[in-house]
Amino acid sequence: MKLPHVDYEAPKAVSEAVELLAEHLDEASVLAGGQSLIPLLALRLAHPAVLIDINGIDELSGVSSADGWVAVGAMTREYVAEESEIVAGTVPLLAAALPLIGHEAIRSRGTIGGSMAHADPAAELPAVARALDAEFVVRGQSGERVVPAAEWFEGYLMTSRRPDELLVEVRFPAAGPGTGVSFQEVARRHGDFAIVGLAASLTLSEGVISDARLAFAGVSDVPVRAVDAEDLLVGEAPSAELFGEAARRATDDLDPPGDLHGSSDYRKKVAATLVRRGLRAAADNAYERQ
Amino acid sequence: MVEITLTVNGATCAGSPEARKTLADFLRDDLNLTGTHLGCEHGACGACTVIVDGRAVRSCLMLAVQAAGSEVVTIEGLAPDGGLGILQQAMWDSHSFQCGFCTPGFVMQAVAFLSDHPDAGEQQIREALSGNICRCTGYQSIIDGVLLAAERGRERRAGERP
Repeated sequence: MKLPHVDYEAPKAVSEAVELLAEHLDEASVLAGGQSLIPLLALRLAHPAVLIDINGIDELSGVSSADGWVAVGAMTREYVAEESEIVAGTVPLLAAALPLIGHEAIRSRGTIGGSMAHADPAAELPAVARALDAEFVVRGQSGERVVPAAEWFEGYLMTSRRPDELLVEVRFPAAGPGTGVSFQEVARRHGDFAIVGLAASLTLSEGVISDARLAFAGVSDVPVRAVDAEDLLVGEAPSAELFGEAARRATDDLDPPGDLHGSSDYRKKVAATLVRRGLRAAADNAYERQ
Repeated sequence: MVEITLTVNGATCAGSPEARKTLADFLRDDLNLTGTHLGCEHGACGACTVIVDGRAVRSCLMLAVQAAGSEVVTIEGLAPDGGLGILQQAMWDSHSFQCGFCTPGFVMQAVAFLSDHPDAGEQQIREALSGNICRCTGYQSIIDGVLLAAERGRERRAGERP
């Protein structure tokens, strides 16, 4: 389908983009990589009056690290993050998730900020952000504010970004020593949206789990943290029994949506399996990285 | 309308597409390069894959105005002398197509992938091509063609070494 008529602005600076957002508010859609927005336009599921194309804003691209955090500019393309040595060395969970996003050609254009702002609950990056307690830096005309991941995802394709704000950066905490990660998903075909996905991170110190993070994709209208299971894991030594119990706790209260790719019940079973697999893989990874 | 200039298959092209026009439609309708095929027009099938600044992209998910200043290669640009490139010949030899509709997208995706991963094995090739849909072949002959091209590429490089 052809795209509907739409006005087009291509600001060269964040300040300019923010001015345009303040002017157009809900009538504007921010165009980053376009890998979700262009289909929404083509299918007439989004009807913005104006596209604000931020591809020309150089200051929004790049990966840097400082003070135990890795800052990823919102326009950083997924393939760039995938090839980043900083990401690979410092945020291994993000590095594990990136190759699973869409397909090669999608990652050529798709951006970190775009996926986070689109907030598809089945996507990989929102689950990574929730698992790691990432921070979202948004800028409006009155300045910047930082939104924790727990407050960023509000519902299906909805975030707490206000209409006059631009997502400029996503910050991920650097993985500490002894941390192992795994991103697990079940999809019909490599690159498709996950039927269920799981971001898992375990930190081991002296054989005991000192930090555990689990976040699901595809089980609700937002990425879901499995807090009860995390609490169970901390202070224990990794074992198959422990991971089995964690899987039960993580999925007991889940009520995933059902669709043609899988019923609610099926998703719940897949989620439990992914917790067991993900924890085992993360523990193995932690030993390997030590 | 937005004035743009870009390089397509080595030649400088100018145009003034509407902002909403995709790169795919610009290539086909404005530049008459109809080798780029449009299947789903919303990024699901991969038929419209072209190479922009060295990377495979879906030309239906990119606006023409966003390609301003870029170097675009389409299926027409792979063997400008009317012959076949290594990959095209290998796919021909492997009977990698039936109706041929998806072929330009597969070829462009595989060309981009092999140039970055000349030593790729079958599993990597399958993953790299997983975003392209073919409704005829069952994929095996396409994979065979790309594997053959990778092998011939390696032989050629070995032959070039002093």
